[in-house]
Amino acid sequence: MPRLSYRRALTRALADELARDETVFLLGEDIRVGAANVTAGLLKRFGPERVRDTPLSEQAFTSFATGAALAGLRPVVEFQIPSLLFLVFEQIVNHAHKFPLMTGGQCAVPVTYLVPGSGSRTGWAGQHSDHPYSLFAHVGVTTVVPATPADAYGLLVSAVRCDDPVVVFAPAGALDVRADVDFAALAPVPLGRGRVHRPGDDVTVVAVGHLVHDALAVAEELAGEASVEVYDPRTLYPFDWDSLAESVARTRRLVVVDDSNRSCGIAGEVIATMVERVPLVAPPRRVTRPDGAVLPFAPALDRAVQPGRDQLRTAIHHVLKDG
Amino acid sequence: MSDADRVRLYRTVRLIRRFEERAIELVRAGHIVGGIHPYLGQEGIAAGVCAALGADDVIAGTHRGHGHVLAKGADPARMLAELCGRASGLNAGRGGSMHAADFGVGVLGANAIVGASGAIVTGAVWARRRRGADTVGVSFFGDGAVNEGMLLEAFNLAALWRVPVLFVCENNGYATTMPVAGAVAGSITGRAAAFGMPATVVDGQDPEAVRAAATAAVARLRAGGGPELIEAATYRFDAHHTFEHQVRLDYRPPDEVARGRSRDPVAIQGARLSTADRAAVDAGVERELAAAVEFALAGPEPDPADALAHLYASGLTARTGGG
Ligand SMILES: Cc1ncc(C[n+]2csc(CCOP(=O)(O)OP(=O)(O)O)c2C)c(N)n1
Ligand SMILES: [Mg+2]
Repeated sequence: MPRLSYRRALTRALADELARDETVFLLGEDIRVGAANVTAGLLKRFGPERVRDTPLSEQAFTSFATGAALAGLRPVVEFQIPSLLFLVFEQIVNHAHKFPLMTGGQCAVPVTYLVPGSGSRTGWAGQHSDHPYSLFAHVGVTTVVPATPADAYGLLVSAVRCDDPVVVFAPAGALDVRADVDFAALAPVPLGRGRVHRPGDDVTVVAVGHLVHDALAVAEELAGEASVEVYDPRTLYPFDWDSLAESVARTRRLVVVDDSNRSCGIAGEVIATMVERVPLVAPPRRVTRPDGAVLPFAPALDRAVQPGRDQLRTAIHHVLKDG
Repeated sequence: MSDADRVRLYRTVRLIRRFEERAIELVRAGHIVGGIHPYLGQEGIAAGVCAALGADDVIAGTHRGHGHVLAKGADPARMLAELCGRASGLNAGRGGSMHAADFGVGVLGANAIVGASGAIVTGAVWARRRRGADTVGVSFFGDGAVNEGMLLEAFNLAALWRVPVLFVCENNGYATTMPVAGAVAGSITGRAAAFGMPATVVDGQDPEAVRAAATAAVARLRAGGGPELIEAATYRFDAHHTFEHQVRLDYRPPDEVARGRSRDPVAIQGARLSTADRAAVDAGVERELAAAVEFALAGPEPDPADALAHLYASGLTARTGGG
């Protein structure tokens, strides 16, 4: 079977949607040349009207996309740096997200915001290493964080087709993941559906984005001592609570590994919701960035602040022992 | 200008004037909760600019937005019902004074965030044109907005991509209590010049002068010109917001207020009509508004069970907040 990289899966999803639907167009900085190496080749195929380089005016081009969506187009806006989402949080939350309700259902704002390379990029330090997906889940903007190439393809396609704004985080830690993929089987992945990557009986580990791969590695290491189920929500908002509750109801133990800062991160929401719904036999645990984390530059410091496999192993041991 | 156009222009300024006066009564009577930002004194700008537009053209306005919505052709009865928070309102009671919208007549909404509408209108016009329409757009904003980076970015984007948007700055001398001299370095027209946009200063108290300037600008826009700016000099006759009716704020010298109020767009335009024509328009407006008030107050209250209807155009439903 051919190998597909995560990055090329994104490219392929954009190309397929541009070809399928002429209302789709791309907007962003240096996307004609494809500086982030996701839009490479698309200019040649679809032309400058549909692959539009913007000046460095994130707030204007984000709201320009809102306006274009109000007029019937489906813009995909690429952001070069995850922290640029802070700059346009107002435009996404206060305008794109609120328009349908505030107008009493007169409009839809089908914009996709794509962040290729979210989270730590090792060595890019404080202002380039944020992973603000929990912020969007908090405000109720559809938020996806695919872990695999096939999910990256399928979720990006679904994001473009969704009638609501959707933020797609493509973690830097997953961009180089490759997988054997049957290209003919690539398909849209429904928003709001989680996925069990590895079934298990003793503990459910919820892992977000690139951390799915760490969770799978740890589950494999621990295979001799415990049967670990690895659950990938894929969409953080709307979260697939029912399927997670099914998993946790079986294992009755829960660990969440999440690249958010700890306070108000999605891990806290996952634990709160499961505690509301499912009787657990051990206190749940979460592995996250520390409160208020700013990723320091030096690689060892950068790694120290991100959720790691050692911490995950420890957390799993705790919930197995505590119960 | 034909006599019919002259009468029509008077009708619009008179309608907005009396609408606002009736709305203030409804605020005082407790039917409009949250108050309004009265457009009193500035009617000539919305009326004159919208008289230059066609049904397919789009506008977006401000927190002081009733005049724009009415001048573009929204139904005053449904508008008033919206201000009263009724299900029969333009936005089904979900928007209120600051978000009134009527996509059916090209009103992409009043917008309560200062400086936000420019980029949205630019995107909407660009998108409609890409789909073959002859649309032009208008972004209305106040003097306070010219210091918002988001709007200046929109100027650049519209000018760079030659999107036919008329930026209309209603310079009423104050942003809430802040005088223009205390806030604007350089000039408002100078901001347009910096982006290569033609700018015209017009007497905003004279509806025909505004209409003439807007008509000329719109003709250039339709002929393929890039965006333009009109700075309309005006004066707000009443409070920044009706809360000032309770809490008098001391920031406008009484003689300045008297001078400002002495140039009344309704009087200026009314003087151009025969007594009989003017009386007929006035009577017609009174009848229409009496019916509008009746319609608004008879409108059904929206059902709290549907408070978040229209939150998601995709049909997604949000979790409820209760325990
Ligand atoms: C971005 C932003 N900042 C502040 C406010 C609060 N605010 C509402 S209206 C207003 C004054 C706006 O002045 P101007 O643009 O001149 O319009 P005017 O009220 O005079 O019509 C302010 C500060 C806001 N709504 N949005
Ligand atoms: Mg002002």
